[in-house]
Amino acid sequence: MSVIEKHKKVVTVRFSGDSGDGIQLTGSQFSNTTALSGNDLSTFPDYPAEIRAPAGSVHGVSAFQINFGSQRIHTPGDSCDVLVVMNAAALKANITSLKPGGIIIANMDGFGKKDLALARYDKTSDPLGDAKKSGFQLIKIDVTKLTRESLKDTGLSTKEMDRSKNMFVLGVVYWLYNRPLDPTIEFLTSKFKSKPEIAEANIKAMKDGYSFAIATEVFSERYTIEAAPIEPGSYRNITGNDAVVLAIASAAQTSDLPVFLGSYPITPASEILHGLSKLKHYGITTFQAEDEIAAITSAIGASYGGSIGVTSSSGPGVALKSEAIALATMLELPLVIINVQRAGPSTGLPTKTEQSDLFQALYGRAGDCPVAVLAARSPADCYAMTYEACKIAVEHMIPVIMLSDGYIANGAEPWKLPEVKDLYAIKPPLYRPAENGSDASPFFPYSRNEDFVRPWAIPGNKKTIHRIGGLEKEDQTGNISYDPDNHQHMTRMREEKRDAIAKKIPLQTIDEGPDQGPLLVVGWGSTYGSIKSAIMEAREEGYAVSFTHLKYLSPLPLNLGDLLSRFDKILVPEINNGQLIHVLRDTYQVQVEGFNKVRGQPLKVHELKAAIIEEFS
Amino acid sequence: MSTLTTPSKEKKRKSYASNQEVRWCPGCGDYTILKQVQTLLPTLGVEPENIAFVAGIGCSSRFPYYMDTYGIHGIHGRAPAIATGLKTSRPDLSVWVITGDGDGLSIGGNHLIHSLRRNIDLNILLFNNEIYGLTKGQYSPTSQKGHISKSSPQGSLDNPFNPLSLALGSRGTFLARTMDRDPKHLQKMLERSYQHKGTSLLEIYQNCIVFNDGAFEPYTNKATRNKTSLYLQQDQPLLFGENNRYGVRLDGLKPVVVDLQEEEVSADELWIHDESDKTKAWLLTTFFENNFKDNLLPRPFGVLYSEQIPTYEEQLQIQIEQAKERHGKPDLEKLLKGNDTWVVR
Ligand code: SF4
Repeated sequence: MSVIEKHKKVVTVRFSGDSGDGIQLTGSQFSNTTALSGNDLSTFPDYPAEIRAPAGSVHGVSAFQINFGSQRIHTPGDSCDVLVVMNAAALKANITSLKPGGIIIANMDGFGKKDLALARYDKTSDPLGDAKKSGFQLIKIDVTKLTRESLKDTGLSTKEMDRSKNMFVLGVVYWLYNRPLDPTIEFLTSKFKSKPEIAEANIKAMKDGYSFAIATEVFSERYTIEAAPIEPGSYRNITGNDAVVLAIASAAQTSDLPVFLGSYPITPASEILHGLSKLKHYGITTFQAEDEIAAITSAIGASYGGSIGVTSSSGPGVALKSEAIALATMLELPLVIINVQRAGPSTGLPTKTEQSDLFQALYGRAGDCPVAVLAARSPADCYAMTYEACKIAVEHMIPVIMLSDGYIANGAEPWKLPEVKDLYAIKPPLYRPAENGSDASPFFPYSRNEDFVRPWAIPGNKKTIHRIGGLEKEDQTGNISYDPDNHQHMTRMREEKRDAIAKKIPLQTIDEGPDQGPLLVVGWGSTYGSIKSAIMEAREEGYAVSFTHLKYLSPLPLNLGDLLSRFDKILVPEINNGQLIHVLRDTYQVQVEGFNKVRGQPLKVHELKAAIIEEFS
Repeated sequence: MSTLTTPSKEKKRKSYASNQEVRWCPGCGDYTILKQVQTLLPTLGVEPENIAFVAGIGCSSRFPYYMDTYGIHGIHGRAPAIATGLKTSRPDLSVWVITGDGDGLSIGGNHLIHSLRRNIDLNILLFNNEIYGLTKGQYSPTSQKGHISKSSPQGSLDNPFNPLSLALGSRGTFLARTMDRDPKHLQKMLERSYQHKGTSLLEIYQNCIVFNDGAFEPYTNKATRNKTSLYLQQDQPLLFGENNRYGVRLDGLKPVVVDLQEEEVSADELWIHDESDKTKAWLLTTFFENNFKDNLLPRPFGVLYSEQIPTYEEQLQIQIEQAKERHGKPDLEKLLKGNDTWVVR
C-alpha cells in the first residue's frame, strides 16, 4: 500500500490528553513549526478548570487546538479534522469537537480498564470501537510502549521515558502534515540545555514517531498545506496576554514615562503580571497587591507621582475596583485597566471565555462616571489596543478600560512585528513650570486644554503644589466645592472630555461587504475571527451581508450612527446575553437583532453563518 | 527640639498650611495634630514640594487639603495602598498617610496590615477617636465593648482591636502611641515617625468632642493620667504615677506593677525599656484592657518598638539595578521579536 499525497487548504488539529501529558507544549511546538512553514494559523489552548484534577479523569483533560492553512485563518476552528487522544478521558472530553469522518489518533496505552474507569466509561464499553462505528477513522498507536522501546537504551527511568510520549505523537503528526523536525529539535536542545540527556530522549522519541509513521503506513494519506498569502514582514506567534505586556513596555518607551502595574493574581489575567514583572529594566514596576482594590489604588498613587498607572484583572476583580475607577475619573489621572474577561457572574467559569463585562466597563460605577472603553479583536490586536489604551489614558488624563478575554488572552496567532520607529508618539500633558522663573501665575490643576484635558503636574515642583481628591472639585482650582452649578459643570466636563476622544480615534469602516445593503453584522472584541469567517463563507454563497467590527466602545466612532443607518437590518453577535445590542439601540435608536451564545467558548462559525443566512429568508 | 511656638516658627508653620478653611468641629483633637505636623515639617529639611499627604475618608482624612504640600484625598480605607504606589514609584518623596480607626482598621484594615509587613517608608498617622465621626457617631472597631452609639443602642457587641498588637503581629517595624492632648509628646513622636525608615505607625488618641468626648479622659485628665499613663523612654525603667511612685517589673513574662513606696525594689529590678526588644514590645502592646479601672497596668505612650530593616522600595531599587545589569539597556525591538520569528517575503 502506498501513501497518497494530498493538498489541503485548511486543517484543524486538536491535541488532547491528561494535564500531565505535555499537551500544551506539543501544541505550541506544532504551532511554531506551522508558522515557520508559512501557514496562517490560530490556536486555542483549553486548560482543565481544576489544577489538580485526578490523573486520567475527564476534569484533568487538557487540549490544544490549532487551525492552519494556505489561506487567511481567523479562528482556531469550530471543530477539528484530527483529534489526538492520549487517554480515554481525552476521548470522552473531546469527541464532540471532531468533524464527522475525522481522524482519531489514539494512544492505546491510555485505554486500559483503569483508564476507562477513570474516564467513567462503562466497564464493558469500547469507546474507540464505537467511534469507529460512527464513521470516524481510527489510528491506534501504542504510544507508551513504542516510546519506551525507542528510549530503552538511554538509561532513563520508565517515568522519565514516559514524559517523551507527547514527542513521539508529535513526530507522527509532523509526518502526517509534512513538517520539518528542525524547529522542535532546536527548541528542545535549548530548553534542556542543562539536561542534554532529556533533550536527546525527546528528540529521539520525536524522530522515532516520525519514522514509525513512515514505516508502518498507519495513514493512507499525507497532507501538504502550502504557505498562505501573508503580508510580507517579520512575524512571531503571540498570545493576547503577551501582546498586552509588550504594548505596555512599548508605551513606557515611547512616552518616556515609568509604568506602575498594580495587580492581584486572577485567571485568566495573571500572565500580564508575570510578563511585566520581568521587565524592570524597562522602567516598569510591578506590585503584587494584597487585593484588587490595593492593586488599582496603588496604580492611582503612582499615576499621581508621574507613572502610567496600570492594573490588570478579570471581571470579578474589576468589580472590586469600580470605586477606584471612579476615583481616578474624579482625579483625572491616567489609568489603564486591562480586563481579561471570563465567564461570569461571580466566580463563573474562570478558565472559559465570555464577553459579558461590556456593561460593567461602560456603566458599572457609582455616579455619572464616563471612562474610555476599548476592546481587542484578536491576540495580536491586544498589542495595538493596549498601546492605544495607554495613549488615550495619558493624553486625555482618563481611566481607559481595555477589554480582552480568556479566548484571545490564551489563544495565539501570528503577529506582524511593528517597526519600533513607526510607533506613534505618546505625549503626556505634563506641566512643569520653571521653579526659579519669574512667572508667578498661580497653578490651576483643573484648568483644561481644547480637549478638556487638565495638566498633569507631578510632585517635586514648587510651583504646582496642589491637592486632589474624590470630593467634587471647583472648576480650575480643584478646591472642594459643593456648589450645585459647579457640580453640573464638572459632570459635563468629565463627559465632554471622554467624548472629545472620539475626534482622535479612527472612523468606523466596513470590514467586509458593501457599505450599504440588506444586512450589517456588528461585532466587538474577540468574536472578530468567528464573525469574519462566517461572513466570508456566507458571502461566498452569495449573501449580500456586510460586517463592521468595533474596537472603540466608549466613545463610539463619530460616524457609526451614519454607517448603521445605511443598512436595512443589523445583527449583533456576542458571547453574552445581549449587551452591545442595548448600547446600539440606546445610542442610535436603530432596530438591532442579537445572536447570543454563552457556553464559555468562542462563537461557532457554522452556527453564526446559519443565523446570518436565516436573516435572508 | 522645642515645641514652643515663636513668631518665626509660626510663620514657618503657616508656610505649610494651605489656603483652605479648616473644617473640623471646634475643639476637635484634629486641630492640634494638624498644628503639630505643620510645626514639625519646616524643621525636617524637606521642601513642601517633596512631601505628599495621602488620606482615605473620615474626619481626619480631610487633612491633606489643609497642608500646602502635594496630597491625595482618596477613598475609604485605601490611603495606605495609594501611598504604596506613590512611594514605590517615587521613593524621593516623603509620604504621609492620614487615617482613622474606621478608615484604617475597619474598611482599610487589609491595606494597613500589608503595608506594615512590606515596610514601605510611609509615616502612618492613625487618628484613633474610637468612633465614626463623619457619619455621625456609630461605634468603630476600636470602640470599647458595650459602647452605646447610634448603631448600638444596647451597647456594641464587638471586641475592639488592639491596634498596636495588630501592627506588631503584622510585623510593623515602628510602633508608637501618643495623644492630641500632649502636643509636646505628639510632636516628638511625629518626628520619630518621620525619622524611621520603613513603615511607621503612630497611633494618636484623638478626642472627638462631638460623638465620643472624653474617650481618653483617663489618660489625659490631670487627676488620673499619672496613674494611667506610662511614658516610655529608651533605656529607662518603666515608671509612672505621681513622683514615679510606681514601676513595672517582669515576673518571667508577666508584667507586675510595683509600688516603689511600699516595696523594696531596686531600679535594676525594674523593666528597662528597650525599643528594639520585640518580646517586650509585644508585652507592652498588651497593656491594654481597661487597665485604669482595675488599677492594673498603665497605658504606654512613646515608641513601643523600632527596628531598622531594609525598606520595600530600597529592595525594589536593588532588583531594578540587578535587572538593568543583567539585561542591559531596554531594546524594544528585541523584546517585540521574542525568541521565534520568521520572515514572510
Ligand atoms: S465629628 Fe469628632 S472627629 Fe469629626 S471633626 Fe467633629 S469632633 Fe472631630
